[in-house]
Amino acid sequence: MAVKTLTIDGQQYSAQEGESILSVARQHKIPIPTLCNLEGLSTVGACRLCVVQIEGIPKLLPACTTKVEEGMVVQTSNVKLNKYRRMIIALLASEGNHVCAVCVANNHCELQDLAYQVGLIRVRYPYLYPKKTLDATHKEYVMDHNRCVLCTRCVRVCDEVEGAHVWDVAGRGINCEIVTGLDANWGNSETCTSCGKCVMVCPTGALFEKGANISEMEKKKGFLKYIITARQKKEWVYIAND
Amino acid sequence: MSEINKKPRVATVWLGGCSGCHMSFLDLDERLFELADKVDIVYSPIADIKTFPENVDVTLVEGAVTNDENEEMAHRVRKNSRYVISFGDCATTGNVTAMRNRFTNEELINRAYKELADICNSVPNDHTLIAQLREQAIPLHHLIRVDAFLHGCPPTPDEIWFAVNELLQGRIPVFKTQFLRYG
Repeated sequence: MAVKTLTIDGQQYSAQEGESILSVARQHKIPIPTLCNLEGLSTVGACRLCVVQIEGIPKLLPACTTKVEEGMVVQTSNVKLNKYRRMIIALLASEGNHVCAVCVANNHCELQDLAYQVGLIRVRYPYLYPKKTLDATHKEYVMDHNRCVLCTRCVRVCDEVEGAHVWDVAGRGINCEIVTGLDANWGNSETCTSCGKCVMVCPTGALFEKGANISEMEKKKGFLKYIITARQKKEWVYIAND
Repeated sequence: MSEINKKPRVATVWLGGCSGCHMSFLDLDERLFELADKVDIVYSPIADIKTFPENVDVTLVEGAVTNDENEEMAHRVRKNSRYVISFGDCATTGNVTAMRNRFTNEELINRAYKELADICNSVPNDHTLIAQLREQAIPLHHLIRVDAFLHGCPPTPDEIWFAVNELLQGRIPVFKTQFLRYG
């Protein structure tokens, strides 16, 4: 494969043809905030948090789905980018019902961490308080749509890793929701294997284990790397603390 | 602040919140003595003062704006204060107070006064005594201009102490990352 040379934040890097900007940035420890992206799952470019500025291109492009090009000049952080990232988090906060103080994922939440990272000191937009529901019909897990940011990690992990495809996305705009089967109760799903992968990859408190109280739901994502490495390299390597 | 050789005038206000932020304020413990030396507390739920005074230097506002009384108070606070600080998560985001926004006021009132009442299950309707609920509970800065935000549910005494000291030195506190938090 051909090698491409590009500039990120004033530094020159070489990358493999077909690699994404995000992948190159990660290899060189250049921080780009992400939400829907998760190593081991396919890339959808849904959240737009990883937008970067590329010289000669008028619009901002997501680093996760944009492939490297020879001579590309990329900026991963500037006033404009930071403003847009803050705006995205503010919009996510305003269109859900996120109440950190009473959330199972409080202090272990990627949305919360991102809010700190982008410096969201307050939300200027009116909060929409959508009338969302909660599905507690599954024997072990709960889906609280109030806290869902529609990153679709659960949909992808269930389809691509577990191979069950229990989850999908239905509806449009503010009515867009993650559904089980053909929008039935999770507890009635015949395809769900109760493996809990969706719960562990969920960045917020939308998916959680029954019985978890405020701040108690910690998501452990190490299994994903373990399974992917095993499948691709036939190596069963357990990475502790991941 | 307001005049030379005069103690800064500080107020704290309790709107639609659980008073947890004020509890945290009381947890300043012995630092309260130091604070009492430095400032005049001119209005607070922990002081017996009936009306919100004029010429206040700093006002910490706890809670979301959830009824007509809160709304009136918020406007009065803004008019009479140099710095208005959103004190805690309810004032900043609506937090727990705003969780009722998914229900209609009628549903709420019925739930509180009829369905869950053991005795006298009737809805009080004397609005000279009981404040009228707003259609929605909103964060303070959605109603009035706010100068700084003190996060947390509740903010810790250390965070409150930092903010108050910054304000007393005439600086609007710039909260470092460790002070930006929700929940």
